[in-house]
Order: sequence, then C-alpha cells, then structure tokens
Amino acid sequence: MKAAVLTFPGSNCDDDLLWAVKDIAGADAELVSAKSESLDGFDLVLVPGGFSYGDYLRSGAIAKFAPIMTALKQFADNGGYVLGICNGFQILTEAGLLPGALQWNTSLEFICEPEPLKVVNNQTAFSNQYPEDQAITLPIAHGEGNYYADADTLAEIEANHQVVFRYAKNPNGSLNDIAGLTNKAGNVLGMMPHPERAVEALLGGTDGLGVFESLINATKGAAHAAN
Amino acid sequence: MLQTELTPEQIRDQKPYLQLGLTEAEYNLFAERLGRLPNYTEMGLQSGMWSEHCSYKYSKPILKTFWTKNDRVLMGPGEGAGVIRIGEGKAVVFKAESHNHPSAVEPYEGAATGIGGIIRDIFSIGAKPVASLDALAFGDEFDAHNKNLIDQVVAGIGGYGNAIGIPTVAGEVQFDPGYQKNPLVNAMTVGVMDEKDIQKGKAAGVGNAIIYVGAKTGRDGINGASFASAEFSDAEDADRSAVQVGDPFMEKLLTDACLEVTHDHKDALVGIQDMGAAGLVSSSAEMASKAGYGMTMDLDLIPQREPGMTPFEIMLSESQERMLLCIRAGHEQEILDLFKGYDLDAVVCGRVENGHQYRLLHHGEVVCDIPVSLLTDDVPTYTTVPEKPERLKNPAPDFEPVIEDLEGTYKQLLAMPNIASKRSLYRRYDAQVQTNTVIAPGGDAGVIRVRGTHKALAMTADSNGRLLALDPEIGGAITVAEAARNLVATGAEPLGITDCLNYGDPSKPEVYYELQESAKGIVAATKKFNTPVISGNVSLYNETDHHGIHPTPMIGMVGLIEDLTAITTVDFKQAGDIVYLVGQTGDDYNGSSLQYLQTGAYAGRLTGFDLEAEKQTQDLVLTLIRKHLVNAAHDLSDGGLAAAIVEMGAKRDLGLIADTTLTTTQLFSETQGRFLLTVKPEDQAVFEAIAQDQAVQLGVVSTGDFDLKLADGELHTQMSQLTTIYSEALACALK
Repeated sequence: MKAAVLTFPGSNCDDDLLWAVKDIAGADAELVSAKSESLDGFDLVLVPGGFSYGDYLRSGAIAKFAPIMTALKQFADNGGYVLGICNGFQILTEAGLLPGALQWNTSLEFICEPEPLKVVNNQTAFSNQYPEDQAITLPIAHGEGNYYADADTLAEIEANHQVVFRYAKNPNGSLNDIAGLTNKAGNVLGMMPHPERAVEALLGGTDGLGVFESLINATKGAAHAAN
Repeated sequence: MLQTELTPEQIRDQKPYLQLGLTEAEYNLFAERLGRLPNYTEMGLQSGMWSEHCSYKYSKPILKTFWTKNDRVLMGPGEGAGVIRIGEGKAVVFKAESHNHPSAVEPYEGAATGIGGIIRDIFSIGAKPVASLDALAFGDEFDAHNKNLIDQVVAGIGGYGNAIGIPTVAGEVQFDPGYQKNPLVNAMTVGVMDEKDIQKGKAAGVGNAIIYVGAKTGRDGINGASFASAEFSDAEDADRSAVQVGDPFMEKLLTDACLEVTHDHKDALVGIQDMGAAGLVSSSAEMASKAGYGMTMDLDLIPQREPGMTPFEIMLSESQERMLLCIRAGHEQEILDLFKGYDLDAVVCGRVENGHQYRLLHHGEVVCDIPVSLLTDDVPTYTTVPEKPERLKNPAPDFEPVIEDLEGTYKQLLAMPNIASKRSLYRRYDAQVQTNTVIAPGGDAGVIRVRGTHKALAMTADSNGRLLALDPEIGGAITVAEAARNLVATGAEPLGITDCLNYGDPSKPEVYYELQESAKGIVAATKKFNTPVISGNVSLYNETDHHGIHPTPMIGMVGLIEDLTAITTVDFKQAGDIVYLVGQTGDDYNGSSLQYLQTGAYAGRLTGFDLEAEKQTQDLVLTLIRKHLVNAAHDLSDGGLAAAIVEMGAKRDLGLIADTTLTTTQLFSETQGRFLLTVKPEDQAVFEAIAQDQAVQLGVVSTGDFDLKLADGELHTQMSQLTTIYSEALACALK
C-alpha cells in the first residue's frame, strides 16, 4: 500500500500527516504537489489541513481548481480511498466529492481544543479498527468547521449511514453533531478533527491512530503494497 | 504623498525632519559628517535609521550592561535572533519583538504583523520556526473599545500563526489600568536548526548580487520605525497609514523558500536578512555595514505595488513578507528560479561594492550617496540623568490585609481577570500544528519535543509591570526568576532569554531610572540562573498624553529537557497523591492580587524575594522532577497559594484535603520562589529524603472535596465550585 499526501501552497498539516501515516503507522507514503497531475501508483490519498492558497476567498474554494484535483476526482470515482482532514475536508466538499459545506463556527472564532467524539459507524475503510460506538478524543483546530447540508441531503446522509464521527459536545454548530462523514460510496471521508495529531502518547493520546490503521487494513494486499 | 520634494536648502530652513522624529542637533550632525546638506531621500533614511526602534540610541547604554555570553551561546544579540547550542548537533534560535504601537491603532493587523515579523527573524538565521508565544497587556476596564482591542489582538495573532502553521504554545495576558491606553503586544518565536547552518545578515564580496524577495513594496507602514518611537496623543487619530497588513500565506511560501536556500544552496548564499523596521534601508544598510562593504541599489528594479512611489517611500515602506539576500555572483539564476517555483517575486536589485558608500539610483539619477556608517554606526547615544520617581522615594505603608469571609474572598480572587483562566483567549490559537506539542497553553510553560533528538524545549513569556512599578530592580529580577520557575516546573533547565523592554519616554529622568534599575535586576538574575540575553527588542515611548506604562520588561525564556519521560504538567493527577509546598511563605502582600482586590491599587515596597533562595529551590525542584519523584508541579505567582491550588485542580476537578500552619491571609501571600508539587504515596519516602525540610507536606489530593484547615480558619467546599469560577470568569467579563 502506498499513500499520497497532497501538498497545496498553504497546506500546513502535510508534514504532520506524512509523519503519522509513515513514521508512526508504518505505511509507505510520500508528499505529492498539488501542481502534479497524476496519482498513478497510489492506493490512498490524504488531503491535509492548513490554509490552501491562504483560504482568502472561502476555505478550499481556490484549491478545488488545482491541477491535482482532476486526478483526485478520477481516483475517487474509481473507488480509491480518499481522506480529507480539516482544510482537506473543506476542499473535498468544495470539489463536490462530499456532500454539504463547512461554515464558520457558531462562535465566529477559531477553536483549538481536544474534542470528545463517538465513532458511530465502524463499518468503513476509515474506522474498522475502532469498536462500535467507541468514545475517542481528537483535537480540533478550525474556524470553519460548522457542517451544513440541506434537509434532504442530511436525511440521505443519515439513511445511508455516512456519518462516521459525531461530536459528544458539539463545539461549532455542526448539524447532527457531524464531525466526519463519507460519500455515498463510502470511499471518501472528510473530518474536521485531526487524527494525525493524536498518534503519540507523548503528545497527549493515540486515539487517532485507528484511522490510519483502518486504512492500512482496508488497503491490505493493494497492488502497490510497501516492500 | 509628496508631489515635489523639498530641496536640501528647503529642508535646512523648513525642518521637516522634526515631524519625522529627528532633532535639529541630529540633523546638523548628519549634515556635518556628510560634508553637505542631505537631500530629501537621505534625510528620510536618517529619520528611519536614527529612530530609537532601529538605533537603540537611548537604550544602547542600558543594553550594553546585559550579560550575553556563556559556553552554550553560539550567537548573541546583533543579528536577527540569538542562537544557543542544545546538543546532538542542534541549536535553538529565539527572539521576541514588540508591536505595541501598531496594535493600539489597528489591533488585528498590528498583532498579526508582529507575529509575521518575528517569524522572519527566526528563519533568516536558517532555523525552522517551531513555536510562538505571546505576551499581552491590556487595561482592566472592559469597555467596548477595550473588549474589541482584546478580541482583535487575539484574532490577529491567531489569524497569522494558525495560517502559517506555527503553533502558539505559551504566553501570558495581563490586565492592569496602566495599559488601558497603551496595550502591549509582544510576540516571540522559537526555531530549531542544525548548528552548522547558522546564517548571518551580511552583504560581502564585491560584485555579489543583492536579491529582493517576497511581497511587493507598497505605501504601507512608511516610516513605521519613527512612528513606533513617538508617543501617542488622543488628539491624533490619523496614524492608520503607519500600520502594515500581513499575509501569512505569502510568508509560508517565503519561509519554505528561504529555508530551501539556506539548506540546499549554501554555495550561493552570502547573507540573508528580513525587512523589518525601516524596511529596505535598514536591511540593506545593516547587511553592508556588518560586512564592511558598500552597496548600490537601483530602486526602479524593486517590485512595487503602486505607481509613482518616491525613493523615500520605497526605502522606508514597511510592507510585510519581504527578505533581502546577498547571493554570490554567478548564482543569481538558480536562486531566482527557486523562488519562481514558489510563485514568489525575486529580483536582482543591486550589487555589493568596494568601499563604504551606500548609493541608490532612481530613474537614472543618484538619489542617495552617503557612507553606510552614517546610517548604522554614527547615531549618537543618549543617557538621561536618572531620577528616582516620587512614588518610589516614599512608598506606601505595607499592606496588612484582613480577611473576614475566606470563601467569598477566595471566589473573588479567582474571578479577577489576572487570575481567571485565559483559556477562552488561547483556545483561538492553533497550539498543535507541526505535531510536536507536549504541553499546550495552560501549563507553566509550553513544551515541544525536538524531532530527530531525544530532547524537548520548554518556553515561557513573563512580565510583571505592576511589581516593577513598586521596585524596578527587584521587579526585574523577579521577572527573570519567575520565567525560570515556570520552566523548572515542567522539568526544564533554563538556557537563555530574549526580552522586549517596554517602557515610557526615556528622555524623562524617572523613566530612565526605571530602565536602568530594572536592567540591574535583570542582569543579576540572568547570571544567577545562567540564562544570558541572546536577543531582544526595545519599545520606548509607550505613553499616551504623557502617561507612561508600568516599566514592563517581557522576559522570554527557553529551557532544555533532556529526558522526555520527565516532563511534568500542572494538573493534579490522582486522589491520594501527596501535596507539598516548596519554598518559604512570608507575609508579602504589597503588589499582590489580594491588595488590588481589597484596595483597588498596587502599592508599597516590594518584599519577599531572595535570589539565592530562589535558585536553590529551583535546583531542588528540578532534581526531584528529573528523578521522576514528582507527578505534578506548579509555580506560585499571582494570587499565591490560593490561585495555584485551583489551577492544579481545574483540569479534573480534583480537590485537596489540607492541614497547614499557614494563616488565612498567607494563603494569598505572594512570596516568590515557591512551588506546589504532588508526589505518589509510593515515592513519598525517597522524595522526603531528598527534599528534607525544604518541602512541607500540605495535604493530599481528593476526589473533589476541598477542605482546608488553616492556623486561624477553615474552608470547606467542592473544588468544582471554585474551578467553575476560575474557568468562566474571564470569558464572561469579555462577552
């Protein structure tokens, strides 16, 4: 299995994500520039947090036009696993790979806090290593993490069991306490909390490791398995 | 904007330099050394470079008294930032900077560009910025103006730091009437690098290229250095043009690109410096002067944001996110290509020359031709004859508090803005990006592990203006001691300090006295704690309508942790752990939070500080932590023992059952040099054998009850009752 960690100008969690998936979880992974046009040879694409292109217009609004995005859509359409974290989640909704949108937190303030969550669906490629309804704590660090979708979309999301992580104490006003959800096919997940910030006991906890272990498990035996 | 520039003779006669902060004597000295009358551009360059902000003309005699070297210091003051060896081939780089004036006028951008500026100082040395800290001071009257100021300063620091991806891991916020009209916004950044990669800001070697990189030059922040070196008046509210606007996205690209130059293009790079105060003139003149060369630059080549800018404007603009590089001749293209890859502007705008002349061309004409030393070295220094302020000659009598309602007083104390939790403010900073943060804000110090080593760095930013107002010398020493205490509480050995010296108008004898006396205290303490001053910044003229701030040196201190398993946090861990008080408690109430609570002022002489005893206590605590005998540690400062207990209990709502010979008032005494430690029962014997009578058992951690038996009173409550007040008071007050 080989993972690509995308790097947009202004991404700032790309190195953290690479460290988590490669140095801690032990997968084969490398950084791929958003200026690149190919994702050939990768079994998993990770879209990191940060402020892509400064996020001056709207989070992720410019990033969706980056050269890599065409390849990313194709990769997802072909069933490849894509994980977007924080700004990565915002980019995936802007690009239409995930339903809904992320608005300003109801407090209108950036919030950095450890946040209690519940894993409400452990039948996905991103959560299969967590016990059902597992309570975990992951850090959040965002200004625009308030998940919104219209009523019909939301009903469909719930009916399809697309929600994977829910906040225990909703910090930002997200509808249905949604902290992370997949697309309908289940191969693309976006989440506002940062699992890559919770993979080492020294830094306060390892509750995020399960996300990467789940993906490694889901892609086991993939064509480009690490040597 | 100036349509036609004044001629040299008109400048002599009309004296426009007075508006730019120069005195007539300074103008005359410059003209005399030059041998002719300076033209408009030259006079403008003088005004920027001879400002206090750039030349330290009032503070230099004081700064010279600082202790700046020990065997670990690789680079001291004088460069972008100082550097200290931490072993395993690595070094730590840090510096602090004030952005008080810009933040008072335009709080969001003022604070944001404060962070942006200090980050450039760090990567200009070749270090990757790994953490930032902020030290803020505001008035404590929360009117609409002040609430907005606080909100926007915090938003600005977060807006820049969060976006660029450098965690803000520690800091402080103080509230005091002394800062109502002059808020303090000090920012500090810490970087880590390989020892062998240290860069300097120098432009050497005839024919080598001067390359301008980053944002285009605009009309923002023109002559900001002079602006920062003048005092405010309520009558003038037209200073907005002197504040710059920040772009953290641009700076992220600039950081990555410049670090690539320093790591991968060593053959090409001669020197690198950021364009901070006084922009292009200070960076270029300092680079030439430090290397002992001359320089010529063609201003038509400088990337400009708007048409028609004069040489004066181009040279003194403080547009953000710009760097100046000196590149060996023949390597220009590889460097220009590298920046192009990051979508950044980069142009060769000048060359290093033999001799000492600093020449600027504009539209084919020489607009400046002066010896570079006139800008950098020939600035006169001033000493004011100091005079002890009246309030220090006749201090108020010692404050003798009386507490009739212990629980009520305790609760009021916890709700004081200076004591209550600052979480509602620091939660707006990303504290964990880069995934190295071991201790985030809320502890005694921020701690980050150093990748590629077995070490961690602890860092803190502390100031105590209200104590210096009572005694600048002792207050200065206390500030250094408190910073060291904060680091020791996490298990770190203090390494060195950076400072921001925030004071009033230094030409006033009383202000100069405060500067001089506080320097004495700082020097004595830095020697005692083996923490040389490796970098710093001076912010004078913090006055509005002739009222100065408290003398407020901000001490940013960094310490080293050699054992990642011996990092200690503030919070009580488990019921049954034994709580010890280390250090003597006296009746020290002058300048205390209790005094402010009961009288509405800080007054009296300063007591309760013993530098030697403080050092011994800190050494003991560090020894105990390193032996893994301590599972929570906290230093005692504002609010004394009373505040410290609640701060330790807050995270888990764990309480305390204690029986002590201390009195009710001593619970609130602010004697320096004290710690609270908790120890697991199984470690008690070994702990006591080492600590002996220096640690006194106070009680045991409980599941939630807070029962305190004092010599002359008792308190029975639930910890959660107190922690709720502590946690929520400030957020409520600022709503």
